[in-house]
Amino acid sequence: MNKYYLPHILSLSLGIMLFIAGCQNQAQNNPYRQQDKQANIRYATFTERPRTLDPARSYSSNEYTFISQIYEPPLQYHYLLRPYQLVPLTAQAVPKPIYLNKAGKQLPADPPAKDVAYSVYTIKIKPGIYYQPHPALAKDKKNHYIYHNLSSRQVRTINTLGDFTKTGSRELTAADYVYQIKRLAHPALNSPIASLMSRRIVGFKTFKQELAKAYKQLKQRQPDNPFLDLRQHPLVGVKAIDRYTYQITLKGKYPQFVYWLAMPFFAPMPWEADRFYSQPGLKQNNITFDWFPIGTGPYMLTKNNPNRQMVLAKNPNFHGEKYPSEGEAGDKAKGLLQDAGKKLPFVSKVIFLLEKESLPTWNKFLQGYYDQSAISSDSFDQAIQVDHSGKMELTPELKAKGIRLYSSVEPSIYYLGFNMLDNIVGGNSERARKLRQAIAIALDYEEFISIFLNGRGIPAQGLLPPGIFGYVPGKAGVNPYVYRWLHGRAQRKSIDEAKKLLAQAGYPNGINPKTGKPLILHYDAVITGDPNEKARFAWMRKQLAKLGIQLDVRATQYNRFQQKIRTGNTQLFSWGWHADYPDPENFLFLLYGPNSKVKHGGENHTNYYNKEYDKLFDQMKNMPNNPERAQLIQRMMAIIQRDTPLVWGYHPKLFQLSHSWNRISKPHGMANNTLKYAKLDPKLRAQLRTTWNKPVWWPVWLLIILCVVALIPVIIKYWYHEYHRK
Amino acid sequence: MFNYIIRRVLYAIPILIGVNVLTFALFFMVNSPDDMARAHLGTKHITPQAVAQWKTQHGYDKPLFLNPDNTGINMFTDTLFYTKSLSLFLFDFGVSDAGRDIGHDIKQRMWPSLAIALPVLFIGLLVNITFAMLMAFFRASYIDVSGVILCVVLMSISSLFYIISGQFLIGKILRLVPISGYDTGWHAFKFVLLPVVIGIVGGIGAGSRWYRTIFLEEMGKDYVRTARAKGLAEVKVLFKHVLKNALIPILTGIVAVIPLLFLGSLILESFFGIPGLGSYTIDAIQQQDFAIVRAMVFLGTILYIMGLIMTDISYTVVDPRIRIS
Repeated sequence: MNKYYLPHILSLSLGIMLFIAGCQNQAQNNPYRQQDKQANIRYATFTERPRTLDPARSYSSNEYTFISQIYEPPLQYHYLLRPYQLVPLTAQAVPKPIYLNKAGKQLPADPPAKDVAYSVYTIKIKPGIYYQPHPALAKDKKNHYIYHNLSSRQVRTINTLGDFTKTGSRELTAADYVYQIKRLAHPALNSPIASLMSRRIVGFKTFKQELAKAYKQLKQRQPDNPFLDLRQHPLVGVKAIDRYTYQITLKGKYPQFVYWLAMPFFAPMPWEADRFYSQPGLKQNNITFDWFPIGTGPYMLTKNNPNRQMVLAKNPNFHGEKYPSEGEAGDKAKGLLQDAGKKLPFVSKVIFLLEKESLPTWNKFLQGYYDQSAISSDSFDQAIQVDHSGKMELTPELKAKGIRLYSSVEPSIYYLGFNMLDNIVGGNSERARKLRQAIAIALDYEEFISIFLNGRGIPAQGLLPPGIFGYVPGKAGVNPYVYRWLHGRAQRKSIDEAKKLLAQAGYPNGINPKTGKPLILHYDAVITGDPNEKARFAWMRKQLAKLGIQLDVRATQYNRFQQKIRTGNTQLFSWGWHADYPDPENFLFLLYGPNSKVKHGGENHTNYYNKEYDKLFDQMKNMPNNPERAQLIQRMMAIIQRDTPLVWGYHPKLFQLSHSWNRISKPHGMANNTLKYAKLDPKLRAQLRTTWNKPVWWPVWLLIILCVVALIPVIIKYWYHEYHRK
Repeated sequence: MFNYIIRRVLYAIPILIGVNVLTFALFFMVNSPDDMARAHLGTKHITPQAVAQWKTQHGYDKPLFLNPDNTGINMFTDTLFYTKSLSLFLFDFGVSDAGRDIGHDIKQRMWPSLAIALPVLFIGLLVNITFAMLMAFFRASYIDVSGVILCVVLMSISSLFYIISGQFLIGKILRLVPISGYDTGWHAFKFVLLPVVIGIVGGIGAGSRWYRTIFLEEMGKDYVRTARAKGLAEVKVLFKHVLKNALIPILTGIVAVIPLLFLGSLILESFFGIPGLGSYTIDAIQQQDFAIVRAMVFLGTILYIMGLIMTDISYTVVDPRIRIS
């Protein structure tokens, strides 16, 4: 028997050895297919399944990563210029509104807001822009849509959009933009900006109600996924003037509206797609707007498996946008203008892979299998070191790999809010104000940034982050209630000064005179499961303990936390805001009285109310960015710095790592459609991947030898055992 | 036998209803329909009207168990529990609250889960039995003692440690397999190799110790003594007689877990980026997607009941002395 098996075992062992020897220099850990080794593909990750890719519903950054490459609103942000600047995308020009009074008479340019009854935006789009190939637009020889009346038998054979053999395209028209704006009012879509637009677009509210009625009736007749043809329902404030022109009429003056025109909410939608996706049965196979977008952008979604992989491929019908030829001072020297005038996009395919854990993502980035990476707290020390002057730079290991570090301050703010409706920390009294100011001094956000963010943030002096009009750097921008300017930098006031304020507020050494015991404040926070959570809470307690105040941390699930905020059942809480658009109005409205959470359900979570601030806000919000506006903003900042409804917290800094084969890039805080500017050298990548990933086989051999050696005493023992028995 | 199976299937119905009621009550104790709506609608610019509209659209505007606005049977049928749960009994899992077809997702995600769970189970079984036999064969010797110590050590280590150290050592330092990821068809082989090895190694400690106990118990029985007395070699005694009889508790234990293999492994799949069913329920709980939670709990219950029935049947197959009546 042994003689029979021996040659087989030997040849198998030889085969394995030869295979391993052949694999010596090949990267065995390459997670991608061999044929893509030198392909012009960019590899990226996503950490959670997008909720929806429908531009009428999507409102989160992880979804915008995809849809902003596919859908094209009329405007976009300039890639290189700062401060952020709007430029045309599919529009011929950035629209300038025409202002009308109540009688419908045109007013001169930039009239006072009180005189303006209507603002009319006329948008002309570029001709010759075509949609990506899509089955919804496929037509037969008789010019009939092939897939608009699918039988239930046909539907049963369809599992993905790729199962439709024919695709078609057509030219983008102004009516498609009108159709999408109407979709924002669709009762089945629950667009997050529907209520906002009801206040702004003329006739939108009535249109929304009419649509709800019509949809209800339609649903009674056809319960399964009915098609509500929005072309049949006119919207007074939005109309197509001709094939390439459409007009939006707003109530009053709202200069920030142009920024909305750069968001996917205002991207075009062909009615054919709505008709196509509304066919019974397709929803059951996940073939909906939520998962299969249709756009005119540089990329189209060719593979959509949100459980594993999403693939964006070049749209063959893309209208050929060019790389910008102007930038900020210094951009040319950095090499950011090397591709000026070249056709976009540069990368032919972008593969997004689902990676839930940060550790495998990080290691795969180091192996060269992801082109870019953020830096998680776990990997921070491996990536960044701080030099003697306090400057952050890459570690020698990463420098040796040619990795580049990009950092930018995000247009966001994370703060600690006081509930202004609360009897102790809230209100407009001098006592409460001093208590808040004392707490603002005691909460050492420089320390917080250093401990919990590895230095990735800057302490906020007010609501506005850098890059937003009205932000004042240096001495002039310092919050005088918390900092003083010393030796050329802002220094937090001492804890003794905070104690003085606290004593003036009626709590000497943090003692509540009513109880004779330390003042107890309640801090509401969300349980996130973050391993640093407990440490963060302990840090918060420690900060207030410096004043003798006892902090009671009430950590709850996000649902309960939100409910507490909605009902005003909080004292102190943490919150954050990321800009929708780069205008100070989008930050300063966070403290606008008519926006208060409890009374009006708005975004003013502190429920702060100051008559003067509100008056200045009303003035400021409709003004263009000029010195007068800047002055108003400074007056507003002075009010809120004095009142301290927030402990200003910090503006986070984004650190991005990029491999040497990626063309130098520029972080953009507002634009999401920047994938088209990405460029890489696939040959260099393939070469470096092979160099970095040579397999190490000797431990495998060692393990085999050890196993064999370990078996020897077992075999001896067995023979002895058998011999002994005999 | 047939009557027995029918009876067990009928017993399953009240269990399923009970599990459904419990899941339903627990879920809605933590999340109100308003919370669900807010979780799905996002955080910015959400109005009470939008919340109400979402609830109506997804059928969460009804009372939970009892509708006092209705009369007769409608008091029970026009409720959230009835409308959301009944279809499950027809294996219609419906659409998730995020709008995806749950049945389609389950069908798609169960294969990657099985690609890991099946080899881990069967190869693991082989390894554990071999190791346990070895320890049993050399019982009370230094090989047995070393084996037991090794098993205790392996059992004491967290599965997370195996995963992270496996990824670090084999994926990062030795660079022999991809650290994480998945592909379809045969391309999946290189991705499942490491998780399978880790799954097997992680299970050796507990599995081998259990099987060793079973083998030792069998080896103390009279028939083994008789076999030895007849002069049979120890290997033959072990493999021909002991193994055969010891397989009864082993196989019945295995049969019970086979249906649950479909549900995958949460940590293993999450760390290796395997798009299986392991994280499907957890993701759904985090996203407050009740439709998925109830579907997965229902599926888990059914598979568990199936496992128990299969265990009972397998007893009769492997042990002719047992008859089901």
